[in-house]
Amino acid sequence: MNWTWFHRLGSPPHAYRLAQRLTPWFAWPAAILCLLALYGGLVLAPPDYQQGEGFRMIYVHAPTAWMSLMVYTTMALAAAVALIWRIKVAHAAAAACAPIGASFTFAALVTGSLYGEPMWGTWWEWDPRLTSELILLFLYLGYMGLRAAIEDPQRADRTSAVLAVVGVVNVPIIHYSVSWWNSLHQAPTVMRFGKPHMSPAMLWPLLVMLIGFTLLFAALLLVRLRAEILARERNAAWIREELGA
Amino acid sequence: MREFLDMGGYAAFVWPAYAVTLAVVVANIVWARRLLRQAQAAARRRMAAAGAQP
Repeated sequence: MNWTWFHRLGSPPHAYRLAQRLTPWFAWPAAILCLLALYGGLVLAPPDYQQGEGFRMIYVHAPTAWMSLMVYTTMALAAAVALIWRIKVAHAAAAACAPIGASFTFAALVTGSLYGEPMWGTWWEWDPRLTSELILLFLYLGYMGLRAAIEDPQRADRTSAVLAVVGVVNVPIIHYSVSWWNSLHQAPTVMRFGKPHMSPAMLWPLLVMLIGFTLLFAALLLVRLRAEILARERNAAWIREELGA
Repeated sequence: MREFLDMGGYAAFVWPAYAVTLAVVVANIVWARRLLRQAQAAARRRMAAAGAQP
Protein backbone atom coordinates (compact mmCIF):
# COMPACT_ATOMS: atom_id res chain seq x y z
CA MET A 1 0.00 0.00 0.00
CA ASN A 2 1.12 3.50 -0.81
CA TRP A 3 1.40 5.68 2.29
CA THR A 4 2.54 8.94 0.66
CA TRP A 5 -0.84 10.56 1.27
CA PHE A 6 -0.44 9.90 5.00
CA HIS A 7 3.04 11.43 5.12
CA ARG A 8 1.84 14.42 3.11
CA LEU A 9 -0.91 15.00 5.70
CA GLY A 10 1.84 15.24 8.29
CA SER A 11 3.57 18.05 6.43
CA PRO A 12 2.47 21.37 7.99
CA PRO A 13 2.26 23.45 4.77
CA HIS A 14 0.33 20.70 3.00
CA ALA A 15 -2.05 20.21 5.95
CA TYR A 16 -2.53 23.98 6.29
CA ARG A 17 -3.45 24.46 2.63
CA LEU A 18 -5.63 21.34 2.50
CA ALA A 19 -7.51 22.49 5.63
CA GLN A 20 -8.06 25.89 4.04
CA ARG A 21 -9.40 24.38 0.81
CA LEU A 22 -11.67 21.85 2.56
CA THR A 23 -13.31 24.14 5.15
CA PRO A 24 -16.14 25.54 2.96
CA TRP A 25 -16.97 22.03 1.72
CA PHE A 26 -17.85 21.08 5.31
CA ALA A 27 -19.17 24.41 6.59
CA TRP A 28 -21.88 25.05 3.99
CA PRO A 29 -23.40 21.54 3.95
CA ALA A 30 -23.34 21.68 7.78
CA ALA A 31 -25.35 24.91 7.78
CA ILE A 32 -27.87 23.62 5.24
CA LEU A 33 -28.36 20.27 7.00
CA CYS A 34 -28.74 21.85 10.45
CA LEU A 35 -31.38 24.29 9.19
CA LEU A 36 -33.24 21.49 7.41
CA ALA A 37 -33.14 19.32 10.54
CA LEU A 38 -34.30 22.26 12.66
CA TYR A 39 -37.38 22.68 10.48
CA GLY A 40 -37.99 18.92 10.42
CA GLY A 41 -37.59 18.56 14.17
CA LEU A 42 -39.53 21.60 15.33
CA VAL A 43 -42.28 21.70 12.70
CA LEU A 44 -42.65 18.52 10.64
CA ALA A 45 -42.11 15.78 13.24
CA PRO A 46 -45.29 14.74 15.08
CA PRO A 47 -45.44 15.06 18.90
CA ASP A 48 -44.38 11.99 20.88
CA TYR A 49 -47.14 9.87 22.41
CA GLN A 50 -45.49 9.92 25.86
CA GLN A 51 -43.38 13.08 25.94
CA GLY A 52 -45.66 15.29 23.81
CA GLU A 53 -43.93 18.33 22.32
CA GLY A 54 -41.20 18.03 24.96
CA PHE A 55 -39.50 15.27 22.98
CA ARG A 56 -38.30 17.92 20.49
CA MET A 57 -35.41 18.53 22.89
CA ILE A 58 -33.92 15.31 21.51
CA TYR A 59 -32.94 17.21 18.33
CA VAL A 60 -30.47 19.30 20.30
CA HIS A 61 -29.67 16.94 23.17
CA ALA A 62 -28.69 13.84 21.17
CA PRO A 63 -26.50 15.73 18.63
CA THR A 64 -24.61 17.65 21.34
CA ALA A 65 -24.10 14.41 23.30
CA TRP A 66 -22.95 12.68 20.08
CA MET A 67 -20.47 15.51 19.52
CA SER A 68 -19.09 15.18 23.06
CA LEU A 69 -18.15 11.54 22.39
CA MET A 70 -17.18 11.81 18.71
CA VAL A 71 -14.90 14.81 19.31
CA TYR A 72 -13.20 13.02 22.21
CA THR A 73 -12.63 9.90 20.12
CA THR A 74 -11.15 12.03 17.32
CA MET A 75 -8.92 13.83 19.83
CA ALA A 76 -7.68 10.54 21.33
CA LEU A 77 -7.00 9.07 17.85
CA ALA A 78 -5.08 12.18 16.80
CA ALA A 79 -3.12 12.08 20.07
CA ALA A 80 -2.30 8.38 19.57
CA VAL A 81 -1.14 8.97 15.99
CA ALA A 82 0.95 11.91 17.19
CA LEU A 83 2.59 9.86 19.95
CA ILE A 84 3.26 6.77 17.81
CA TRP A 85 4.55 8.44 14.65
CA ARG A 86 5.72 11.73 16.23
CA ILE A 87 3.63 13.85 13.89
CA LYS A 88 3.38 17.51 14.86
CA VAL A 89 0.24 18.12 12.80
CA ALA A 90 -1.56 15.33 14.70
CA HIS A 91 -0.67 17.03 18.01
CA ALA A 92 -2.08 20.24 16.53
CA ALA A 93 -5.31 18.42 15.57
CA ALA A 94 -5.72 16.93 19.06
CA ALA A 95 -5.22 20.33 20.66
CA ALA A 96 -7.76 21.84 18.26
CA CYS A 97 -10.43 19.27 19.29
CA ALA A 98 -10.48 19.96 23.03
CA PRO A 99 -12.29 23.33 23.27
CA ILE A 100 -14.88 22.20 20.70
CA GLY A 101 -15.52 18.99 22.63
CA ALA A 102 -15.69 20.72 26.00
CA SER A 103 -18.27 23.24 24.77
CA PHE A 104 -20.52 20.56 23.26
CA THR A 105 -20.22 18.40 26.38
CA PHE A 106 -21.39 21.43 28.37
CA ALA A 107 -24.33 21.81 25.95
CA ALA A 108 -25.18 18.09 26.26
CA LEU A 109 -25.25 18.37 30.07
CA VAL A 110 -27.39 21.54 30.06
CA THR A 111 -29.88 20.28 27.45
CA GLY A 112 -29.98 16.94 29.31
CA SER A 113 -30.79 18.72 32.54
CA LEU A 114 -33.58 20.66 30.80
CA TYR A 115 -34.83 17.37 29.36
CA GLY A 116 -34.62 15.57 32.72
CA GLU A 117 -36.66 18.01 34.80
CA PRO A 118 -40.03 17.57 32.99
CA MET A 119 -39.52 13.90 32.04
CA TRP A 120 -37.88 12.45 35.18
CA GLY A 121 -38.75 15.17 37.67
CA THR A 122 -35.13 16.09 38.39
CA TRP A 123 -32.50 18.43 36.93
CA TRP A 124 -29.64 16.22 38.05
CA GLU A 125 -29.07 12.77 39.49
CA TRP A 126 -25.77 11.02 40.25
CA ASP A 127 -26.70 8.42 37.70
CA PRO A 128 -24.07 6.42 35.71
CA ARG A 129 -24.81 8.14 32.37
CA LEU A 130 -24.92 11.64 33.81
CA THR A 131 -21.90 11.16 36.04
CA SER A 132 -19.72 9.66 33.29
CA GLU A 133 -20.69 12.52 30.94
CA LEU A 134 -19.68 15.02 33.65
CA ILE A 135 -16.33 13.20 33.96
CA LEU A 136 -15.93 13.67 30.19
CA LEU A 137 -16.27 17.44 30.66
CA PHE A 138 -13.58 17.29 33.37
CA LEU A 139 -11.33 15.26 31.05
CA TYR A 140 -11.59 17.96 28.38
CA LEU A 141 -10.98 20.71 30.93
CA GLY A 142 -8.09 18.75 32.47
CA TYR A 143 -6.54 18.30 29.02
CA MET A 144 -6.81 22.04 28.29
CA GLY A 145 -5.54 22.96 31.76
CA LEU A 146 -2.56 20.61 31.41
CA ARG A 147 -1.62 22.13 28.04
CA ALA A 148 -1.87 25.63 29.44
CA ALA A 149 0.22 24.72 32.50
CA ILE A 150 3.24 23.31 30.60
CA GLU A 151 5.41 26.00 29.09
CA ASP A 152 7.49 23.93 26.66
CA PRO A 153 5.13 23.33 23.69
CA GLN A 154 6.59 19.93 22.78
CA ARG A 155 6.27 18.63 26.33
CA ALA A 156 2.74 20.07 26.52
CA ASP A 157 1.87 18.18 23.32
CA ARG A 158 3.26 14.87 24.54
CA THR A 159 1.96 14.99 28.11
CA SER A 160 -1.54 16.08 27.13
CA ALA A 161 -1.63 13.43 24.38
CA VAL A 162 -1.05 10.72 27.00
CA LEU A 163 -3.97 12.09 29.04
CA ALA A 164 -6.20 12.15 25.94
CA VAL A 165 -5.36 8.53 25.06
CA VAL A 166 -5.85 7.23 28.63
CA GLY A 167 -9.13 9.13 29.01
CA VAL A 168 -10.67 7.42 25.99
CA VAL A 169 -11.74 4.51 28.25
CA ASN A 170 -14.52 6.83 29.42
CA VAL A 171 -16.10 6.90 25.93
CA PRO A 172 -17.41 3.27 25.91
CA ILE A 173 -18.31 3.66 29.59
CA ILE A 174 -20.59 6.58 28.70
CA HIS A 175 -22.11 4.80 25.74
CA TYR A 176 -22.80 1.52 27.55
CA SER A 177 -23.59 3.08 30.96
CA VAL A 178 -27.32 2.82 30.26
CA SER A 179 -27.06 -0.93 29.56
CA TRP A 180 -24.49 -1.89 32.22
CA TRP A 181 -26.14 -0.17 35.17
CA ASN A 182 -29.63 0.83 36.17
CA SER A 183 -29.99 4.30 34.80
CA LEU A 184 -32.69 6.92 34.66
CA HIS A 185 -31.49 7.61 31.16
CA GLN A 186 -33.21 5.71 28.38
CA ALA A 187 -31.36 3.08 26.36
CA PRO A 188 -29.99 4.02 22.91
CA THR A 189 -32.70 4.75 20.36
CA VAL A 190 -30.58 5.20 17.23
CA MET A 191 -26.99 4.14 18.03
CA ARG A 192 -27.84 0.48 18.52
CA PHE A 193 -27.61 -2.76 16.62
CA GLY A 194 -30.63 -3.41 14.46
CA LYS A 195 -33.33 -0.96 13.58
CA PRO A 196 -33.70 2.36 15.43
CA HIS A 197 -36.64 2.56 17.86
CA MET A 198 -38.19 5.61 16.31
CA SER A 199 -40.74 6.36 13.62
CA PRO A 200 -39.25 7.64 10.33
CA ALA A 201 -40.98 11.06 10.62
CA MET A 202 -39.19 11.64 13.94
CA LEU A 203 -35.98 9.91 12.98
CA TRP A 204 -34.90 11.72 9.82
CA PRO A 205 -34.50 15.18 11.41
CA LEU A 206 -32.36 13.57 14.12
CA LEU A 207 -30.11 11.79 11.62
CA VAL A 208 -29.79 14.93 9.48
CA MET A 209 -28.92 16.95 12.60
CA LEU A 210 -26.28 14.36 13.60
CA ILE A 211 -24.67 14.58 10.15
CA GLY A 212 -24.93 18.39 10.20
CA PHE A 213 -23.19 18.61 13.58
CA THR A 214 -20.49 16.18 12.47
CA LEU A 215 -19.76 18.33 9.41
CA LEU A 216 -19.77 21.43 11.61
CA PHE A 217 -17.15 19.77 13.81
CA ALA A 218 -15.01 19.02 10.76
CA ALA A 219 -15.18 22.67 9.65
CA LEU A 220 -14.39 23.98 13.15
CA LEU A 221 -11.52 21.52 13.49
CA LEU A 222 -10.00 22.57 10.14
CA VAL A 223 -10.08 26.27 11.07
CA ARG A 224 -8.58 25.63 14.53
CA LEU A 225 -6.02 23.24 13.06
CA ARG A 226 -4.64 26.04 10.88
CA ALA A 227 -4.27 28.29 13.93
CA GLU A 228 -2.48 25.49 15.83
CA ILE A 229 -0.15 24.80 12.88
CA LEU A 230 0.79 28.49 12.61
CA ALA A 231 1.54 28.62 16.34
CA ARG A 232 3.83 25.55 16.07
CA GLU A 233 5.75 26.61 12.98
CA ARG A 234 8.05 29.33 14.18
CA ASN A 235 9.79 30.75 11.12
CA ALA A 236 9.03 28.51 8.18
CA ALA A 237 9.41 30.00 4.74
CA TRP A 238 6.04 28.62 3.63
CA ILE A 239 4.24 30.79 6.22
CA ARG A 240 5.89 33.87 4.75
CA GLU A 241 4.67 32.79 1.37
CA GLU A 242 1.19 31.89 2.63
CA LEU A 243 0.57 35.08 4.60
CA GLY A 244 2.40 37.38 2.22
CA ALA A 245 4.42 38.70 5.15
CA MET B 1 -47.84 30.49 16.14
CA ARG B 2 -48.81 30.84 19.80
CA GLU B 3 -49.42 27.11 19.98
CA PHE B 4 -46.02 26.47 18.40
CA LEU B 5 -44.25 28.72 20.90
CA ASP B 6 -46.06 27.06 23.78
CA MET B 7 -44.61 23.60 22.84
CA GLY B 8 -47.49 21.77 24.54
CA GLY B 9 -46.56 23.29 27.89
CA TYR B 10 -42.87 22.39 27.55
CA ALA B 11 -41.81 25.86 26.32
CA ALA B 12 -39.78 26.55 29.48
CA PHE B 13 -37.59 23.52 28.70
CA VAL B 14 -37.59 23.24 24.90
CA TRP B 15 -36.61 26.83 24.08
CA PRO B 16 -33.77 27.16 26.62
CA ALA B 17 -32.37 23.82 25.33
CA TYR B 18 -32.38 25.15 21.75
CA ALA B 19 -31.00 28.52 22.88
CA VAL B 20 -28.05 26.95 24.73
CA THR B 21 -27.21 24.75 21.75
CA LEU B 22 -27.42 27.68 19.32
CA ALA B 23 -25.22 29.77 21.62
CA VAL B 24 -22.58 27.02 21.77
CA VAL B 25 -22.61 26.60 17.97
CA VAL B 26 -22.32 30.35 17.30
CA ALA B 27 -19.63 30.76 19.98
CA ASN B 28 -17.62 27.93 18.41
CA ILE B 29 -17.75 29.55 14.97
CA VAL B 30 -16.80 33.03 16.24
CA TRP B 31 -14.12 31.58 18.55
CA ALA B 32 -12.45 29.40 15.86
CA ARG B 33 -12.32 32.24 13.33
CA ARG B 34 -10.92 34.68 15.87
CA LEU B 35 -8.26 32.17 16.91
CA LEU B 36 -7.12 31.77 13.29
CA ARG B 37 -6.99 35.54 12.71
CA GLN B 38 -4.94 35.98 15.89
CA ALA B 39 -2.54 33.19 14.90
CA GLN B 40 -2.09 34.74 11.45
CA ALA B 41 -1.42 38.17 12.95
CA ALA B 42 1.10 36.68 15.40
CA ALA B 43 2.87 34.80 12.59
CA ARG B 44 3.06 37.99 10.50
CA ARG B 45 4.59 39.87 13.43
CA ARG B 46 7.14 37.09 13.96
CA MET B 47 8.06 37.14 10.27
CA ALA B 48 8.45 40.92 10.28
CA ALA B 49 10.67 40.77 13.37
CA ALA B 50 12.78 37.96 11.87
CA GLY B 51 13.07 39.81 8.58
CA ALA B 52 14.33 42.97 10.28
CA GLN B 53 17.38 41.23 11.79
CA PRO B 54 19.34 39.36 9.10
